[in-house]
Amino acid sequence: MGGFREAQGDLKIESVTKSFADFTAVDDLSLVVPRGSFFALLGPSGCGKTTTLRMVAGLEQPTLGRILIGDTDLTGSRPYERPVNTVFQSYALFPHLTIRDNVAFGPKRRKVADSDKLANEALELVQMGHLGSRKPVQLSGGQQQRVALARALVNRPEVLLLDEPLGALDLKLRRQMQVELKRIQTEVGLTFIHVTHDQEEAMTMADTVAVMNHGRIEQMGAPEELYDLPRTAFVANFVGQSNMGPGEVTGTDGDALVVDVAGTTVKIPKSRSAVTEGALQFGIRPEKVKISRTRPEGIGNDVKATVLDVSFLGVATQYLVQVPSGAVWTVYEQNLDVEPIDLHPGNEVWLMWKPGHAFAVPAEEEAGA
Amino acid sequence: MSTALAHGGGAAGPAGPVAPPDPVQVPTKRSPTALLLLLPGLVWLLVFFVAPIIQLLTVSLQSQFPGYPGFYYRDLNFGNYWEAISTYWPHFLRSLLFAGLATFFAFCLAYPLAYVMAFKAGRWRGLMMILVIAPFFTSFILRTVAWRQILADEGWVAQTLNALNLLPGGHITETWAAVVAGLTYNFLPFMVLPIYASLERADPRVLEAGRDLYANGFTTFRTVTLPMSMPGVLAGTLLTFIPAAGDYVNAELLGSDRSTKMVGNVIESQFFRVPGGYPIAAALSFTMMALILALVYLYVRKFGTEELV
Repeated sequence: MGGFREAQGDLKIESVTKSFADFTAVDDLSLVVPRGSFFALLGPSGCGKTTTLRMVAGLEQPTLGRILIGDTDLTGSRPYERPVNTVFQSYALFPHLTIRDNVAFGPKRRKVADSDKLANEALELVQMGHLGSRKPVQLSGGQQQRVALARALVNRPEVLLLDEPLGALDLKLRRQMQVELKRIQTEVGLTFIHVTHDQEEAMTMADTVAVMNHGRIEQMGAPEELYDLPRTAFVANFVGQSNMGPGEVTGTDGDALVVDVAGTTVKIPKSRSAVTEGALQFGIRPEKVKISRTRPEGIGNDVKATVLDVSFLGVATQYLVQVPSGAVWTVYEQNLDVEPIDLHPGNEVWLMWKPGHAFAVPAEEEAGA
Repeated sequence: MSTALAHGGGAAGPAGPVAPPDPVQVPTKRSPTALLLLLPGLVWLLVFFVAPIIQLLTVSLQSQFPGYPGFYYRDLNFGNYWEAISTYWPHFLRSLLFAGLATFFAFCLAYPLAYVMAFKAGRWRGLMMILVIAPFFTSFILRTVAWRQILADEGWVAQTLNALNLLPGGHITETWAAVVAGLTYNFLPFMVLPIYASLERADPRVLEAGRDLYANGFTTFRTVTLPMSMPGVLAGTLLTFIPAAGDYVNAELLGSDRSTKMVGNVIESQFFRVPGGYPIAAALSFTMMALILALVYLYVRKFGTEELV
């Protein structure tokens, strides 16, 4: 292996921009992925997440910026020179080779002794040891997915890239594979970078999630952080659901901002608002809102609303309610007791929530959904 | 399926044997509709393939009435075969050699062309495809005649080569090179199209996977691209070799009377020009057919890739 570059450490993406003929796929992106972590790039299609992944793999070269692992600059090097392997969305197994030869392909190219033994071990790790002599066409989608994973893992890359690896699987299989991917990552201790548009998938597996939109990172953090305190309207709507409304800061009350949202006064802790004056977007998660027939006392924020629709979902009941501003909110009430739902469309109700659950983000034009 | 994959919580025990997904159930009962649909094809084959081939076989075993050239009686005269092979074995060798060379050169020209069309041509792909197919709109014979003029002694190709002292014999036509070149040209599309089809169907991600797994450009080609396109290569070589081995137009129009005749030319002259040549011509045809069948069988057994997608 002439140009193969050994490299160890964190993956660093430094001010990387990737422009194609008529648009910028990745716009001045900087990112550090700590060694051994499970990192997710989450975003809608066309947000630049796959392009970022392909630049790390070496399948695309950045227009500007650098990509490093540890102190080794990998910018400009070829895919086969990098200690990075990819699990492709379409699996991309070699159709003319058996499963074992597919997995042994990488070690053989690097002239590793015992490549077949390594391949068998990798297949055992993904519970596919018994199918080594089959051809890819003879396997189901889920099985091919495991083989693709084994084929990348067997090389023990410094960074393993997963490009929407579960996208083609059905829901049940996807859930199982999510758990299993996490198990394997913990077992082998490699850096995993997982690209997905499925926020649930990203939150289930990753230690850190970076939400991307229009070639930039909107917000990055642990899944709980992103969910609890979104910093942009896009994140608030892309990671879980949010009830949102435009508001205006009218004053302060101790640690809280007093905000007027369509005629209703609400309080938001200063620490939970990205804006301290002027216009903002107020937000509250649907399950943080309580619903009641009578006006509650002393909880903090409340607003009167009209029930539009009631749907029973099993673990929860979903209410669609109209607040005075005209906006329709979603409210989830957990079904803790076996009692009939006594709310019906047309009923007048009170919505309430703790000020500590509310959040505010900048009032952008591109506020998404 | 589901049982084999259900092992949450990190259970590391080997999963039970997993059956591949059931292929679509094929109805095993013979339906009268299927037979009815097959009938026209079967009748066609019977009338225009099986019957003539039996007729040809009987002709190849006929004997002549002594003293009456052109009159035959039904016989089991295997001497016809002996005569055909012992007299015309150089033509057999030449047919196989020319067809083999033409197949080789067509492959060398077609593979890069198909590769560029499949992976690099972008919006020019359609135009390239038209250019590959366009010659089919003109008659095979006309095109070969055109080549005779292009390669003729008075043509600029031969004159330029002569001026540069690059043409030892002084001619291009009337040589084996012209025949092989003609065969290569005429059967090139049959090589390009199957190779193109098999390359075009390949997922570009699979080629990227090769590079991702430490194979450089050449190694990826050798270990991934070429093996994946083998079904196309196999089809292309067969579609070129088989008709080229039986061809006589190129040898007739581009070759010489003495040294470049192929089996096809002998069969043609025995059938149409030599009085009493029918049994020999039929025996030649049958021998050629058997030879090609045997070679193709060996070739497919060696390079056959039946389990490929």
